[in-house]
Amino acid sequence: MNVQLRDTPLVQATSKIAIADGDIHPARFKASEFDPWLDQKWRDRIAQFGTRQRQPWQSGPAYPKSQPNASRRDAVPPEGGKQGSSLAFMQQQHLDPNNVVLGILNPLGSGQGIQDVDLSIALCHATNEWQIAKWTSQDKRLKASVVVAYEDPIASAAEIRRYADNPDFVQVLLLSRTSEPLGSRKYWPIYEAAAEVGMPVGIHAFGYGGNPMTPSGYPSYYIEEMVGHSQAQQSLLNSLVVEGVFARFPTLKTVMIEGGSAWAPALAWRLDAAWKRLRAETPHLARLPSEYIRDHVWWTTQPLEEPEPRSHIADAIGWTGWDKFIFATDYPHWDYDDPATSLPLKISESQRHDYFIGNAQRVYRGVA
Amino acid sequence: MSRHVVAAASEIAPGERKLVSVRGRPIAIFNLDGEFYGMLNRCPHQGGPMCEGKITGLVTAPEPGKYDYSHAGAIVRCPWHGWEFNIRTGQSYCEPERFKTRTYPVEVADGAAVVEGPYVAERIAVSVEERYLVVDL
Amino acid sequence: MTHIIQPGAIDCDIHPNVPNVAALLPYMEDHWREQVIVRGIDELASIAYPANSPLTCRSDWRPADGSQPASSLAQVRAQALDPFATSIAIANCLYGVQLLFSEDMAAAYARAVNKWMAAEWLDREPRLRASIIVAAQNPELAVDEIERCAGDKRFVQVLLLVSGDQPLGKRQMWPIYAAAQRHGLAVGIHAGSSYHNPPTSVGWPSYYTEDYVSQAQAFQSQLTSLICEGVFNKFPDLKVVFLESGFTWVPAHLWRLTKFWRGLRMEIPWVDRAPADIVRSNVRFSLQPVDGPPDRDSLLRIFDHLQSDELILFSTDYPHWQFDGNAAIPDGLPAELVRKMTHDNPRATYPRLLETVA
Repeated sequence: MNVQLRDTPLVQATSKIAIADGDIHPARFKASEFDPWLDQKWRDRIAQFGTRQRQPWQSGPAYPKSQPNASRRDAVPPEGGKQGSSLAFMQQQHLDPNNVVLGILNPLGSGQGIQDVDLSIALCHATNEWQIAKWTSQDKRLKASVVVAYEDPIASAAEIRRYADNPDFVQVLLLSRTSEPLGSRKYWPIYEAAAEVGMPVGIHAFGYGGNPMTPSGYPSYYIEEMVGHSQAQQSLLNSLVVEGVFARFPTLKTVMIEGGSAWAPALAWRLDAAWKRLRAETPHLARLPSEYIRDHVWWTTQPLEEPEPRSHIADAIGWTGWDKFIFATDYPHWDYDDPATSLPLKISESQRHDYFIGNAQRVYRGVA
Repeated sequence: MSRHVVAAASEIAPGERKLVSVRGRPIAIFNLDGEFYGMLNRCPHQGGPMCEGKITGLVTAPEPGKYDYSHAGAIVRCPWHGWEFNIRTGQSYCEPERFKTRTYPVEVADGAAVVEGPYVAERIAVSVEERYLVVDL
Repeated sequence: MTHIIQPGAIDCDIHPNVPNVAALLPYMEDHWREQVIVRGIDELASIAYPANSPLTCRSDWRPADGSQPASSLAQVRAQALDPFATSIAIANCLYGVQLLFSEDMAAAYARAVNKWMAAEWLDREPRLRASIIVAAQNPELAVDEIERCAGDKRFVQVLLLVSGDQPLGKRQMWPIYAAAQRHGLAVGIHAGSSYHNPPTSVGWPSYYTEDYVSQAQAFQSQLTSLICEGVFNKFPDLKVVFLESGFTWVPAHLWRLTKFWRGLRMEIPWVDRAPADIVRSNVRFSLQPVDGPPDRDSLLRIFDHLQSDELILFSTDYPHWQFDGNAAIPDGLPAELVRKMTHDNPRATYPRLLETVA
């Protein structure tokens, strides 16, 4: 029997436009990858007591995901290991065929939000060094985020300043589900440091701050948690604006990551209406909430809402502004948005350029 | 339209699938209990490679809290977003009137017949002892 | 220019207030009346509406003597009913019954508020209808109160707050929905919280402004819960009305929910049609606050995104300050849409409005 298949590649190589990806999730091939940057006491602590978060399980997410590691089933590297743990396979499956010329790394599961704040600080620092060693030093298209133990904002600010002059780092990474709303004064040292070093603060959905997923407690289903991340994102943006973070730090940029974006216009309208009525309470705000949002906030695109008809998303994007979106795939996660198919709209060349790369080049330092 | 020999039947065991290409078109061939079904290897949603999806059953519910499990092994979930498709019909479970993935009938032909033609065998060397999967395209 | 509302409008959200706890005492059972006095229990005034916040009462609607706004029938007639040519207004009393930690005390207050509503308002003003206040803390007690009030057809709805002890879709809450469906009552879900959980999913904010804005996120969570838990599969005739929720957030929320449903519906297999379809058949939203865009065309786009002209019910949200003068309807809406909001949609939502009131 001499059966053989055609050897022509099934993924056709096309001359795709160069794009940025504002949300790539690198993973460890094995847990010990952080060890070079972790003191023995922390390795012992993790071995004995684990990395306890404000959720029930020793490992795994609060709500079981829909797919293993919440990842694309076709993203398991040929050498094994978690999706996103192989640079070579990430290049082969994503960066090269999609012509990603700028990829922002947002490591999750790094140590943010761990109950033991000292351990969280140590793990976050290890994550940052690991990003250099395994990723940014190996592929110049990739840029790192400074992962910080946000529940200790003073330590976070120190970590941000440590990478102030390292061009591999272009963003500070927070998670959305913090112990207090992110506008709380507690977190302001983080914003002060980020503004000082010229990095935007990226706020990625997820984390466990200890607050129930809804103002009525915990829902039953993973789909509710996933949809609910956009409520968390709206609430934290409400907080950033009204508590005065943008008024206090006029050069601060923030990027809302993976929390959706089509909600932004309605939130801004509601904020403006409420603030006009209630402004006596917040004299620290000099302008309409929507103006602060306009000047200080960007959104990564994924998961892009999918209305029927799809043209409705163009209204939502237009209300927020085509200059406010940073294309993102969320590779290798399951709710990945494909650059070729996720925005099926007829748009102008300049809109396309801004959406897929131009805006990212303006938001992140030193990448244009 | 022509007839394309895409694989030997023995290559795809029951419950398995294989990605083939016919006139440059990627097609996932599934073996469901000895019957073969072809499906375009592009999810109609965002283009996920269906051939790498998880094969599952189907859960429906006559009312909240009741779980009826059926169609074991006859559903493929897109490896990206988990959309469920009936392998036999290509229909999406959600909103089937709106979403359907392209399917291709797969015929099983004896090697002797295939040798006689008229078939396009691509790069598959054909032997009279084998049985082959044939797609019209 | 302000819309001239055609006579006969139905205002689906006004808020007559309990003037003070003394007004409720005649309607309380002996034990509870004595408890209120012996323990010195203060007014159940929720922090959701600080007494002197501008939003809590429009300045020209505030009584000159400093008394509780919207607490007398004369005020409500002059300020809420007459100016809008209202034929019927639905009274949603926001006395803080649902905020209590004791279920029995909450049920006692709920009974008192409903008796007070029937005697002091409904008996005296034929244009008024009301919602049944219930102790949502305990669905069994809530059902008892629904059963007690249901014979009075002037009660057209069961009232819940948007934030409480648990997501509203949870099965523990279903006896309330069963009772509502059985009696042809809508379920109104109003802005406000029991404050038994933090008001946002990222914790307690510093300012009232944030609290009020975040009500919209609370509504979003509850819409998710009601749909995902299968409330409308179990109770297909149930109408849920979101009150003082805003509605411009609705399309974007449904886009996201629908996108995830297509991939995750195996987790909630009873949800067998798109969330937007479920909303169109079972969920309605009150008009005020509009939370709209500054320009007319964008607001029309939002109505286009809603893909139905049957979802919005006219409301003034009286005495909350959502608009000035009589401009309860945003400028620029087509007359046909306004007619549906003010007349047709409320009738289609509240079956009891069609019944002759004895």
